[in-house]
Amino acid sequence: MQWLNRLFEFVGKVGLFSLQVLIDSLRPPFELAQLRRQLAEVGNKSLALVVVSGFALGAVMTLHTRSTLVMFGAAAMIPAVQSVAFFVEIGPLVAGLLLAGRVGSGIGAVLANMRASEQIDAIESLSIDSFKFLVVPRVLACVIALPFLTLFMDFAGLLGGFLSEELTSHIAPALYLNRAFDYLQWSNFIAPTLKTTVFGFIIGSISSYFGYTTDKGAQGVGEAATSSVVVSSLLIIVADVLLIKCIFFLFPDTAV
Amino acid sequence: MIANQNIAVEFKRVMKSFGTKRVLSDVSFQIGQGQALCLLGRSGTGKSVTLKLIMALMRPDSGEVWVDQDNVVGMREHQLSLVRKRLGYLFQDAALFDSLTLYENLALPLSRLTRKSKDEIDDVIRRVLADVGLGADGAKYPSALSGGMKKRAGLARALVLEPKILLADEPSSGLDRITAAEIDELLMRRKVEHGTSLIVVTHDVHGARRVADRIAVLDKGTLVAFGSVDEVSQSENDVARRLITE
Repeated sequence: MQWLNRLFEFVGKVGLFSLQVLIDSLRPPFELAQLRRQLAEVGNKSLALVVVSGFALGAVMTLHTRSTLVMFGAAAMIPAVQSVAFFVEIGPLVAGLLLAGRVGSGIGAVLANMRASEQIDAIESLSIDSFKFLVVPRVLACVIALPFLTLFMDFAGLLGGFLSEELTSHIAPALYLNRAFDYLQWSNFIAPTLKTTVFGFIIGSISSYFGYTTDKGAQGVGEAATSSVVVSSLLIIVADVLLIKCIFFLFPDTAV
Repeated sequence: MIANQNIAVEFKRVMKSFGTKRVLSDVSFQIGQGQALCLLGRSGTGKSVTLKLIMALMRPDSGEVWVDQDNVVGMREHQLSLVRKRLGYLFQDAALFDSLTLYENLALPLSRLTRKSKDEIDDVIRRVLADVGLGADGAKYPSALSGGMKKRAGLARALVLEPKILLADEPSSGLDRITAAEIDELLMRRKVEHGTSLIVVTHDVHGARRVADRIAVLDKGTLVAFGSVDEVSQSENDVARRLITE
């Protein structure tokens, strides 16, 4: 039963921490310079990873689905399968997990190191609200950057799929694009992309929580980095399941 | 006793524990404006905690901590912000912000807490960096600074807002004797030229003898001796006498 108590305690603390992020993000002063810095850190520096991963995943997925679809005489559906799979699920989920790995561990480690080396105390001693200065911009940067990174992943996946298909069946780019977007509706595109703002919030707040609240000195740095990745990845997957149900509720046609 | 209006910092029966471990037990002392107090004691006796209580980075379990005429215990954040502007804090490992250059480390408090223009901020930073002998190093990141340079940079950041009271946590730890003496010299200059009150946590008895008007010795969370260097040298407490004489 003790683990259950600890679980509830953790959920409560993370819940309060996240609530504080929401409240402080609406309360001036807004740390715009810090937000810009974090957007560069989260967005720009993750772009290459996301694009390369999307491209490779798109190419591999086409190679795998091709044999099955050809068997059923549905080779023409390959672009549509590719685009629906990427825009609806693969893009948002994989981009979220990649960001949890790259950015989540970074945020956890940086904040834990700042705590261990008294940099957070130093910020407080300068009459600066360390939570607003360090945590809020990081969470907001994840929330803002992840939908854009997801779009890059989606289109990189389509490009990878097209090149793979082009090498096999010499399909024309225009025809591939036509077929890819034939079955795609706005609801397939907007809702799944926007759900990544929730993933971004999870990554930002969970990893900030582990880093900001650590009290284990240097040992806490490694622990914060690891816990940030593990817990935020897990929560992204759980949130994905719940958000899919919400999307089906809000856009019933996507569930058909 | 020091007259109320001349007190820089006063502790009244302060208690602080972490879990079951009592770190400060019924500690009371006061230092006057422009005086230098050195806190001595073995490791883990609550010296750094004392500084953090003054800066209100921690709250005591009971007792009062007065800075000038303000009891910082129980103050709200916006009130603390006004008190903290009068305090400078040199952290043990300088605690410079890794992601900012030395110039940016100093500019941060100036741009946030004062109404100075960019040119005025530049002037202040140039002057303070020159004072601590880092005039040519403003563009460097903390990772490019040596231990002694980091301490001086931390001191520069602590001084940039012209504090009335400077708290220094082991300013000479990890430094060679010559660099440690230079840091002590900087602290003394601050005290003499600007009338800044100093509270210095240190293990360096030579430094304490150079800098201190008053010595406080903490042992197992209790204040076992308080007074001038001579008075503490003749203290009945064995730990205090050994610390100051050996």
